[in-house]
Amino acid sequence: MSKNTDTLAAGSVAGDLRLVNVTKRFGDFTAVNDLTLTIPQGSFFALLGASGCGKTTTLRMVSGLEEPTAGRVLIGEGDITRLRPYKRPVNTVFQNYALFPHLTVAENIAFGLKRRGVKDVKQPVQDMLDLIELSHIGSRKPNQLSGGQQQRVALGRALINRPRVLLLDEPLGALDLKLRRQMQIELKRIQTEVGLTFVHVTHDQEEAMTMADTIAVMNHGRIEQLGSPTDLYENPKTTFVANFLGQSNLLPGKAVGTVGGDGEHVQVTLDDGTRVLVPSARNCAVGEQIIVGVRPEKMSIHASAAEVPAGRNVLAPGLVTDTSFVGVSTQYLVKAAGSEEIGVFVQNDGAQIFRPGTEVVVSWDPSQGFGLDGRQDIDAGAEADLEAAS
Amino acid sequence: MPAHPQVHHRPSMKTRSVAVLNWFRKHVIAIVAGLIFFFLLVPNAVVVWMSFNKPSGKYNVKWEQFSLDAWKNPLNDGILHDPLMLSLEIALVATLVATVLGTMIAFAIVRHSFKGRGFVNSVLFLPMAAPEIVMGTTLLALFLNTFGVGFLGFKSILIAHIMFCVSYVVITVKSRLNGMDPMLEKAAQDLYATPWQTFWRVTFPLVAPGIGAAALLSFALSFDDFIITEMTAGSSLTFPYWIWNAVQKGIPPQVNVIGSLMLVITLAGIAVAEVPKWVKATKSH
Amino acid sequence: MSAEAATEPAQTAGAVGAVATQAELRADRRVRRRRALLPYLLLAPGIAWLIVFFVVPMWSIISTSVEEGDMDTGFVLTWRWANFGDVWTNWREQIIRSLEYSLMCTLFCLVLALPLAYFIAFKAGRWKNLLMALVIAPFFTSYLIRTLAWKTILADDGWVMHVLTTLHITPLLSGMGWTYSDNSVLQTPFSVVCGMVYNFLPFTVLPIYTAMEKIDPRLHEAGQDLYASAWATFRKVTFPLALPGIVGGTLLTFIPAVGDYTNAVMLGGPKTKVIGTVIEQQMIGTGGNLPYGAALSVMLMLGTLVITLAYIKRAGTEEIV
Repeated sequence: MSKNTDTLAAGSVAGDLRLVNVTKRFGDFTAVNDLTLTIPQGSFFALLGASGCGKTTTLRMVSGLEEPTAGRVLIGEGDITRLRPYKRPVNTVFQNYALFPHLTVAENIAFGLKRRGVKDVKQPVQDMLDLIELSHIGSRKPNQLSGGQQQRVALGRALINRPRVLLLDEPLGALDLKLRRQMQIELKRIQTEVGLTFVHVTHDQEEAMTMADTIAVMNHGRIEQLGSPTDLYENPKTTFVANFLGQSNLLPGKAVGTVGGDGEHVQVTLDDGTRVLVPSARNCAVGEQIIVGVRPEKMSIHASAAEVPAGRNVLAPGLVTDTSFVGVSTQYLVKAAGSEEIGVFVQNDGAQIFRPGTEVVVSWDPSQGFGLDGRQDIDAGAEADLEAAS
Repeated sequence: MPAHPQVHHRPSMKTRSVAVLNWFRKHVIAIVAGLIFFFLLVPNAVVVWMSFNKPSGKYNVKWEQFSLDAWKNPLNDGILHDPLMLSLEIALVATLVATVLGTMIAFAIVRHSFKGRGFVNSVLFLPMAAPEIVMGTTLLALFLNTFGVGFLGFKSILIAHIMFCVSYVVITVKSRLNGMDPMLEKAAQDLYATPWQTFWRVTFPLVAPGIGAAALLSFALSFDDFIITEMTAGSSLTFPYWIWNAVQKGIPPQVNVIGSLMLVITLAGIAVAEVPKWVKATKSH
Repeated sequence: MSAEAATEPAQTAGAVGAVATQAELRADRRVRRRRALLPYLLLAPGIAWLIVFFVVPMWSIISTSVEEGDMDTGFVLTWRWANFGDVWTNWREQIIRSLEYSLMCTLFCLVLALPLAYFIAFKAGRWKNLLMALVIAPFFTSYLIRTLAWKTILADDGWVMHVLTTLHITPLLSGMGWTYSDNSVLQTPFSVVCGMVYNFLPFTVLPIYTAMEKIDPRLHEAGQDLYASAWATFRKVTFPLALPGIVGGTLLTFIPAVGDYTNAVMLGGPKTKVIGTVIEQQMIGTGGNLPYGAALSVMLMLGTLVITLAYIKRAGTEEIV
């Protein structure tokens, strides 16, 4: 115990949550596969993935509701792997809140403090009610509250214990879209205010990107990629991340060499013979097989090849197969012979809108593309995203 | 619209009979249900009604004259005192024991895994599906074979009543437990409640209404039981057994008074449980 | 990546963690062992009670059923299986009559329970709980007293007789053998079955209602949307989904009914004697032949046990208990 206090005083890794080689199997099914991860103290961390990817199991192993088959869970230097849930300095905001229906809002919030033997809970409960802006309804029962209010009670009930780590299990899943947006901002505000480590599990990539400092994208019990929201979005390292986080146009091809000073760009021949350039710095492909990725909003659409400014990658002419006007932008699907449909999002700056059936040319600035290893499943993560969205 | 304000079609006989037929078709199920409720509830009304009768003979079957005599003397000069007290005592003790035993079983079934689940379920189901006379005679045979006739009385009745109440307690508590969100217990653990605290602070208060309902059911089953009691009672007379014996000799209207009181208490109980819900429902409408 | 970097300090911290884990592990194993035992401790007293006072007595009654002797000299176990032949010869009429009454009772209970459960489950809206409480409420007043009320209701000069006579239904009833004369229905199979239906109807309604209540009412809308009439929707959608409850309700009505003798005694007469009455008389009454009573009881027990076990086998035990 004294040793733990020493390291705490020592500093840097004091309150970091660490999972070391954690594996969880349910019978033959491996839910979490040799996961190693450090979540720095005070950060807002998101575990993002489709259902069944192991993110909730990971969370439950931190809260103690599930025990790892192998590996260790630590907070700072303290090993909590085998600690019973009620002995862990960790609290959870449950997916459907799990508010105690027989207790009032205030009693729900006071529950954890009372269990730890805190005598005077009145003031802290009042402070928490203020923080979550529910002071006026402290004496109501949970079933008399709206979804958003219940969500805040669940948050307050966990926060009041000042846990070393706060776990949020799809905390906004039961709310409607507008309330969800509002609560996302609120959660972020509260996290900044209290400065606790938040670990947030979600299948909603937009939610993860809005709130988290760092996102870990999980797939099949492993972490596919970890980084800041912008980093993940701009530089996906796998087709899964490229497809799961936002949308990507992925074009398979072969790397044929480098061009530019110091091999600044990789030259790629796409399957239909078109030649394009990819920045070497953003290319993850090791071998010859390469998948060129471009986000739809990075692409431009033109009436003919002649209108494309010099220096851009240009695809073979195709036909517009679908035009969706969504207000801020227009989303096109363009299909050229011998290649997949290409998505293009164009800002509505008053430019011409192309109707379906029009022949067009699609282009992008070489610096906006990225290269992925060509031996992966090109559709990985695309269906998972659909599943998660439904 | 072209206006024909003066044209009123008088409904013809045919359309009117179709309307009646449609109304009937729409409400036939409600009418049938109403008649069945009438069938179910009329005997209760008769029990209450006949409690105000003043029969000239020993049999209180035919309405003769209004009187409050029976209500002024509900124990019939103390004749009903002993059987009523015996029934109450047995019902209270049987309820207590059966509720504890049954609740424990319900928890084991819903919250734990164990070997022999099918066996346990069968042992619980069979007493509910066995004819009472079979349970009564089998127990009688057991008591006679092991203890002899002298054992029959309070103890043997109590044993029998606990036996047939346990299964009903189990199903009642079990359904309440099944309806409880299992995450609540996880949430309590997450909020520093030990297993013991989790049980007393969260699980028990939430299951308590189910346990209460089970206890009420046990009490009613025990208090009202006749066939098994007759087999295991020896010479002790519970209230139903006393009525049974009295049928041949003549039933005093006091029996109807007791029956009416039981009905009133039940209806009051239903009112206490249901009225707040209606008030809430009406308010929110 | 920070995920990579994390492994290194973890290794140095390994020793500290490992020591804590050993002690934790031991405590953990203890807790786990206690947990594995807990369900058995919870089950033991109640299940033991049921085994000792429900299962074991089945053996007692079988041994009693093959005894021989009389009230004065006592009964001795002589494995006299002929007792079973004797009771069949002596009381065949009552056995068959019991089956007839209980089958009639079950049939009428089903006919009444189906519309009633349907109405409460789908048409009663927020009155649902109240109506269900009213179905069960009779349970809470002594059923012997309520059964006696039928004597008043069905009395020769009562209003039910009046209606039946006016509508010329009484000759119909006596023509079918349900009553014995045109001016009385008491002390006949009619009054006995009437009392039985009244007493057992809640047992039929309850499981059927429980099954129907689980049915999503939108299925009815879907059925009617797909061109099924109300009646066709009931036959093709509601009925199959409620079938487990219907089978359960049938069982919970027929089995207690077949052994019942209170209605036959209180509302019937000498010509409505059923098997329960015979058993009662032999076991504790004037009959005085314990083995004969036991033999009849064993026959009843085995008969109902076969039906019940067949039901459990089909429906499983989880559904019903």
